[in-house]
Amino acid sequence: MRMLLRGTAPRWLTPALVALAAVLTLALTAGPIRLGGASPGAAFTYYLVRPLTTSYTVLEVLLASTPLIFTGLAALVAFRSGYYNIGGEGQFIAGAIAVTAVTLAFPALPLVVSLPLGLVAGAVAGAAWGLIPAVLRVRRGIDEVVTTLLLNPVALLLLQGLLNGPWRNPTNQFPESAPVGAGWELPRIVGGSRLHLGYVVALVLAVLAWVVLTQTRVGLTSRAVGLAPKGAAFSGIPIRRTLLGAALASAALAGAGGAVQVLGLQHRLTAEVSTGFGYTGIVVATLAALSVPAAIAVATLLADITVGAESAARALQLPPQMGKVVTATLLLCSVGVLVFRHYTLALRGRRRGARAAGGAS
Amino acid sequence: MNLIALFAATLVTVTPLLYATIGEILCERAGVLNLGIEGTMYAGAFVGFAITAATGSIGVGLLAAVVAGALAGLLMGLLTVSLGVNQHVAGIGTTLLLIGLSEFVNRLRFGGGTLTQVPKMDLLFPGVPFLEMYALTLVAFAVVAPLTWWVLRSTGAGLRLRAVGENPEAADAAGINVSRTRYAALVVGGALMAVGGAFLTLAVLGTFTLNITNGRGWVAIALVIFARWRIGPAVLGGLLFAVIDAGQLQLAIMPAFAHVPRELLIALPYLVVIAALALAGEGLRYPGAYLKPYRRI
Repeated sequence: MRMLLRGTAPRWLTPALVALAAVLTLALTAGPIRLGGASPGAAFTYYLVRPLTTSYTVLEVLLASTPLIFTGLAALVAFRSGYYNIGGEGQFIAGAIAVTAVTLAFPALPLVVSLPLGLVAGAVAGAAWGLIPAVLRVRRGIDEVVTTLLLNPVALLLLQGLLNGPWRNPTNQFPESAPVGAGWELPRIVGGSRLHLGYVVALVLAVLAWVVLTQTRVGLTSRAVGLAPKGAAFSGIPIRRTLLGAALASAALAGAGGAVQVLGLQHRLTAEVSTGFGYTGIVVATLAALSVPAAIAVATLLADITVGAESAARALQLPPQMGKVVTATLLLCSVGVLVFRHYTLALRGRRRGARAAGGAS
Repeated sequence: MNLIALFAATLVTVTPLLYATIGEILCERAGVLNLGIEGTMYAGAFVGFAITAATGSIGVGLLAAVVAGALAGLLMGLLTVSLGVNQHVAGIGTTLLLIGLSEFVNRLRFGGGTLTQVPKMDLLFPGVPFLEMYALTLVAFAVVAPLTWWVLRSTGAGLRLRAVGENPEAADAAGINVSRTRYAALVVGGALMAVGGAFLTLAVLGTFTLNITNGRGWVAIALVIFARWRIGPAVLGGLLFAVIDAGQLQLAIMPAFAHVPRELLIALPYLVVIAALALAGEGLRYPGAYLKPYRRI
């Protein structure tokens, strides 16, 4: 068998391929789920359906999607201009650290001041964490993939260092910061739920990102740089400035996400402030094919799986790490299957026939 | 500072890096950036530990890790060679999958709360200064590094591997099977990465802990670039990283550094790698077909 470039694709193809990827994911993860002693049907009911059946769990899904919207947007903004920021994890943590520093410095502030200040602190810290790789890329041409990746463990170490050292909780000596002041806690937006204002902030930023990326000159030039850097340079687009802008905007979004996670949900800094949100953001952006509305949908889906994995862990004794396995399998199946939007499979026999007809070797 | 201890610690730190870096060089010289490296090391560490725990034999555990690494390479091959998926995405996805699977099975089999210890590898020449080391370390320096250097430089297999990484069209025209060569590089490379991971559980710790690789795969990716895809400089770069890493361990137990946060010292080698890349990373010539899938039109 070999793959041949296809000219046009029928309209039903993409939805059919997405369905195929979903079926493949279910089939491939059924084995590990059985290994865990659960029935795949029951597990996927927990992962996909159960969280959407009560209003409380729906709101929990939206809550869990909040950091993923931030990191998903971060990856999306960078990837669109061809800048492979894989450092969302470190930038998210940097934002969380920075906002904690500000809350410790100014414990009592009203929300009107604390929310914008916290967001800016997180965004600036995230951008700062992404600055060195970005500058090394545009000034010296050093691959940003490696440098952004390497800064992720550094951010985690910095976080652990602060929590084990200067920021250790003074009252209980746990490795976590003192709680943020009451004025810093983002208000909950639905009674009886943990869903907080940060979700609204994430949606507002998503709309903003959508407008900038699809309706403005900046969005167009950044897409051009991502799709055809040489062509973009030839038509006079400042490549370096575009890349730098995309890299910093991306890192700032991830950092703001870290700040929102501290202020909205945790209300203190802990070593577990990010459970791989930066990496999952890459999954979000990729599955969404770098589209902002799709990213919100994908973030919600992955949050659904995460919330479901937690409840499946309680109900079925299936380790919650299965949620990560399902997410990663879904990613790999999707990117693998979607290749066939552009290619079709040809059987070897047919190829031989074509060769004979063409008279070539 | 205790030189003998520093030397011994350097050898321990450099060993997983050597296996991983050499494995990654094979992949990248064949034209595939394997960001699955972190997950492959993680899976190698876990599988080596789990199978050793189940069988009681370190040899069987190590062999199982090799098989796991080869399978991880096959998965990368399916994605990037056969299907031609974006290599960044395929690699990150593979890493997420392998870490998730390892942690899932770890929780199932060893989640009882008690730490499972497995037998650890024996040191060669125990107690002899500068010669005390694990067999895997000796193999890395005396066999794996020279052998891959020689294979890449002087054998037909090495020439084919470099050819499909530089110019797959020309290699194909010359009768080299591009896909098969890339698969072979990914499988062997993956197996080497997994051995590096297994060293962490079977030689260093004697058990498995979460986050055990702690970004060592990313360090190996950086070392490959720092070494400009050559084995010799990769060994030197690995030693440089390991000396700094072992040095920070030595610093941490010195009274003068007692008040410096431990984590800051652990982060030091990562920062040094970034600085080294910043200084040495300009004007690089990547393998010609780096990141590019190959298909006959």
